[in-house]
Amino acid sequence: MTLSDLTHRTSEWLRGVGPMHDVVISSRVRLARNLAGMPFLRKCTAQQQQEIADRLRTEILSANLAEGVFHVDVAAAGPLDRALLAERHLISRQHADAKHPRGVAVSGDETFAVMINEEDHVRMQVLRSGMQMRDAFEQINAVDDRLEERVDFAYSNRYGYLTACPTNVGTGLRVSVMLHLPALRLTGELDKAVHAARDMRLAIRGLYGEGTDASGDFFQISNQITLGRAEEDIVEEFLTQIVPEILNYERKAREALLKHNSVEIDDKVFRALALLRSARRLASDEMMALLSLLRLGINLQRIDEVDLKTVNELFLIGQPAHVQKMHALRRGLEGPTAAMPPEERDEIRAEVLRQRLGGT
Amino acid sequence: MKKKCDKCDKPATIHLTEIVNGQKMEKHLCEDCAEAEGITIKANIPISQLLEDFVLQTVGEEEETPSTPMTCEVCGMTFSEFRDKGQLGCPNDYEAFREQLLPILARAQDGNTQHVGKAPRRAGTAQQKQMAILRLRSQLKQAITAEQYERAADLRDQIKQVEAAEPERPAE
Repeated sequence: MTLSDLTHRTSEWLRGVGPMHDVVISSRVRLARNLAGMPFLRKCTAQQQQEIADRLRTEILSANLAEGVFHVDVAAAGPLDRALLAERHLISRQHADAKHPRGVAVSGDETFAVMINEEDHVRMQVLRSGMQMRDAFEQINAVDDRLEERVDFAYSNRYGYLTACPTNVGTGLRVSVMLHLPALRLTGELDKAVHAARDMRLAIRGLYGEGTDASGDFFQISNQITLGRAEEDIVEEFLTQIVPEILNYERKAREALLKHNSVEIDDKVFRALALLRSARRLASDEMMALLSLLRLGINLQRIDEVDLKTVNELFLIGQPAHVQKMHALRRGLEGPTAAMPPEERDEIRAEVLRQRLGGT
Repeated sequence: MKKKCDKCDKPATIHLTEIVNGQKMEKHLCEDCAEAEGITIKANIPISQLLEDFVLQTVGEEEETPSTPMTCEVCGMTFSEFRDKGQLGCPNDYEAFREQLLPILARAQDGNTQHVGKAPRRAGTAQQKQMAILRLRSQLKQAITAEQYERAADLRDQIKQVEAAEPERPAE
């Protein structure tokens, strides 16, 4: 498996299936761990960082943690490949941009990934399509058990698993869902969801996590409390109280739109499709906004010539590094290529979308 | 590239595109103005904010004197360094800065300061062993810096020994 293979296909978690998939794009759980007897990354010498990267790579690859796990040396990868991994949510942007020895191990279907030497020595995640939080947690917990047979993680009876930042200490568990909330934005009721999240002490962020915007009406909602609650309780609370409430707001807003503004909705949806089918240049933001409307139209059953899976896929392969990588591959260039001027990228993006959506 | 907030001079981090009657309207706001408009809430209480609040809260109560800076003897991290960077240096910092960390933890973690979740199967003696190795490693680092190679070799052997020692199973 190489990174180039990833360029053409969708991640399993974007298939557009699973419970509540009309609103919940994906569920993610992650655990933060650090090797016992080692300083946290900030106080490691370069040699220790390398030692940790090598050791974890070996242990992870031989522990049979998931199907077809492969490792990418992120420190040695080119900027385009690093951006590609970040766009696929396999590494964080911070991990992509860092300078020290680091890596990522990814399962063949990309539902499982371990970042090595991010803020903590180990950041492992399971990503599933739709609302599949319990399954995702069970999987990550089993992976953690298996890894713990091979390495000791820093742990104290008082504080639990010890992490570089005290906001992750204890369980080291972060659960999050990526939600598509176009109707709440169209009806100007986004603050409802935001307030609900705030009341429940949740973080709400854009598509690519910390410090990113809500491009394409996607929002990530995650727990903030990691200490003093059992893992199962964190998952259950999220699953049974938090997500259903926000989901309910979005679904109500969709119903209201249909009831009072169905012509307006159809107009937006079909205009979006027409633009995507004929544009000669498409900037990333514009593509995201148009695909968001198209996705809403599919979920409201106003349009059936495009399916959810295709739209989910386009959200991903229309991202800048994907567009550029795909273009390089088509031209038979395997290695990292120089940064492409944005206008050229916008042209290629428009071409890809026209082709995939049956445009002219 | 970086846009300024529409309402003040801070960098905009919230970007909204709204289409009202076919007119595209863009809003670029900083977190504070977005929050004031009810568009968003602060994504997270950043650790730097927690630290700042904590420092403000304790100023006057207990001045940190420069002669006795709080330092972790294992990794050399000072509390003010943590305050600046928001990340700890090693597992021992949780003990070294215990008093200062507890109120910060309590604020960040909804009042909780005691773990109740999963424990590693070998948690019993693991904790002591972990600290022993951590200490030895920090001594090793110092020995290498001081070019005391004999001592470094000795410490390396000790680390191997402690690592190889089978942790006792915790009492069931």
